[in-house]
Amino acid sequence: MDFLHRHRWLTPYLLLGPGLAWLAVFFVVPLFYLGYTSLQAGDILTGYTFKWAWENYSDAFTLYRPHFLRSLQYAGVATAIAFLISYPLSYWIAFRAGRWKNLFLLLVIAPFFVTYLIRTIAWKTILADQGPVVDFLRTVQLVSDDGRLLATTTAVVAGITYNYLPFMALPLYVSLEQIDHRLIEAAQDLYASRVQAFFRVTFPLSLPGVFAGTLLTFIPAAGDFINAELLGTPRQQMIGNVIQSKFKEIADYPQAAALSFVLMATILVAIVVYTRVIGTERATAG
Amino acid sequence: MTHSITRRELLRRAAVGGAAVSLPSILAACGGEGIEGQTGAQPGTTSVTKELADELVFANWPFYIDVSDDEKTRPSLDQFTAETGVKVRYLEEVNDNEEWFGKYQAQLAQGDDIGRDIVVLTDWMAARMIRLGYVQKKDKSAIPNEENLVANLTSPGWDPQREFSLPWQSGITGIAYNEKRTGGPVTTIEQLLTDPKLKGRVTMLTEMPDTMGITMAATGGDPEKVTADAFDTAIDMIQQAVDSGQIRRFTGNDYVEDMLQENVWAGLAWSGDVVASIQPENPDIKFTVVDTGSHIWTDNMLIPLGGDVFTASTYMNYVYDPAVQAQIEAWVNYICPVEGTQEEIAKIDESLAENELIFPTDEMRSKTFIFDAEAADDPDYKEQFQAVIGA
Repeated sequence: MDFLHRHRWLTPYLLLGPGLAWLAVFFVVPLFYLGYTSLQAGDILTGYTFKWAWENYSDAFTLYRPHFLRSLQYAGVATAIAFLISYPLSYWIAFRAGRWKNLFLLLVIAPFFVTYLIRTIAWKTILADQGPVVDFLRTVQLVSDDGRLLATTTAVVAGITYNYLPFMALPLYVSLEQIDHRLIEAAQDLYASRVQAFFRVTFPLSLPGVFAGTLLTFIPAAGDFINAELLGTPRQQMIGNVIQSKFKEIADYPQAAALSFVLMATILVAIVVYTRVIGTERATAG
Repeated sequence: MTHSITRRELLRRAAVGGAAVSLPSILAACGGEGIEGQTGAQPGTTSVTKELADELVFANWPFYIDVSDDEKTRPSLDQFTAETGVKVRYLEEVNDNEEWFGKYQAQLAQGDDIGRDIVVLTDWMAARMIRLGYVQKKDKSAIPNEENLVANLTSPGWDPQREFSLPWQSGITGIAYNEKRTGGPVTTIEQLLTDPKLKGRVTMLTEMPDTMGITMAATGGDPEKVTADAFDTAIDMIQQAVDSGQIRRFTGNDYVEDMLQENVWAGLAWSGDVVASIQPENPDIKFTVVDTGSHIWTDNMLIPLGGDVFTASTYMNYVYDPAVQAQIEAWVNYICPVEGTQEEIAKIDESLAENELIFPTDEMRSKTFIFDAEAADDPDYKEQFQAVIGA
């Protein structure tokens, strides 16, 4: 203890230590190897060697642009839909569910007790061409008689939305739940209508949840490949499918690593832009 | 047999899932490091001690050997232990040829022992393992039963004397179709890829030799000796079918689900799946070899570097005993490479002995080809094919 007393400045570093060590071992080192691999050239039989092979990156941009765009598009749409579904849901649970709160929260998380893959495979059964859902939609003429839901863009986006919904709903719930009701009452005392009170008080106060929720949904959704694989056709394949095929089928590790880096960079840029937009909004709302 | 088939199908469904969640990328990435040195492997040197080891480590594909009804034991392996005193450690660790290879390549390239005495790999990967010197010669003197090997498999181009390899099981890739839905047989690739009635109801396989081989054979190419032109012609035909929405998906084993749920009405299929998983559930689904040429493939037992040659060879001899083979075959339902099994299997179940998908007729065999092993392993071809299937 004496030592710590004499070197007080050390305390924060010691507290940070375990976290930093974790990040170093499980994030920085793998990232370094990924970067190193992405600049290798060669083939699986003669081996890959480090050659500053930047062409892996230019190939990633030129050959797989459609896959990147599709991934961002699907992830964006899925995030927006998840938001539109989750916000009213979380709002209702936070403000109206009363003593049933915990039960409803549990229901939101319940699908997570089943693994991701099984849930997605379950959607194949639910949306099957000869299944009851599609039958019903055919009867009400929402799907044409020889039409289908499975193996379409709709199915892929719906699958992503469903699978990541709790990542959106939970942060939203947490931020809504923390709002001090007296602030909303105060707004109404000051002659704000309920709608005005929502948009000037409740929504701005829930922005941290919106921010966390959209990021937690968008980031994994953009890298997802299971939904496209199981619920889509070759025309819905996302960048995650390409990376998987490069690693597993073609054993072109450098190209796969370069694609992974480009995906990370793309997502990072998207987040920076998003942060700036949300950040401004918060400032004006406050 | 019926209830074991249902159980097996359940297991298979679980396997389809399991294979997809595994993180092959991570394993593959590990395998990718440090492959710079290719020295160390001594091609095919074999020093044989005629003494059985205490344990045999056998790496195989999932659901590829007989299992007892309570699923607790593997009778043919137990019997081997009883006969020889050699314990068998059976690993269901091969889910994908390339993935398995990626996992062990670094060690094999160093000439290291990977702790496996037998591994089962598909033709083209077996060819690669032999070419790179990652396997050892069998001890033929310990395998007198090898004379039971069916004639058409005795001399593949990549191992003409069968010095290194011995078939485990074969299978035919052909067309399966739901007769009730299609309103008649679907027997040609052209019909599969262009018939408007089947639009969006067709699957093909993610295994390149299956899909490309059969399409090449149908478009006038020779899948046993692949040329770039023939490959391009076939790729174009498949690409058109993808663009038009004719092909719904490219799949591994999971086409079984799609066919049983009737999302898919026709597509390329593996004979063993049709026998074991599809027809017991829906007899309307028929299987046909393709007239222009169906693919016959084989998974082969190999002895990787470091494996115990004599013990492995003794096991190979054991499974080439028709009575033992019948026991395995009655559960696995693929095409049997061992002569004399048909008579033995009749003692277990008469209907299996008469099943043409387990014991194909000569006429069926005459319509099959073995895919060019070198082309199957060609990075350019692989890449073109991956691009067509969407990735």
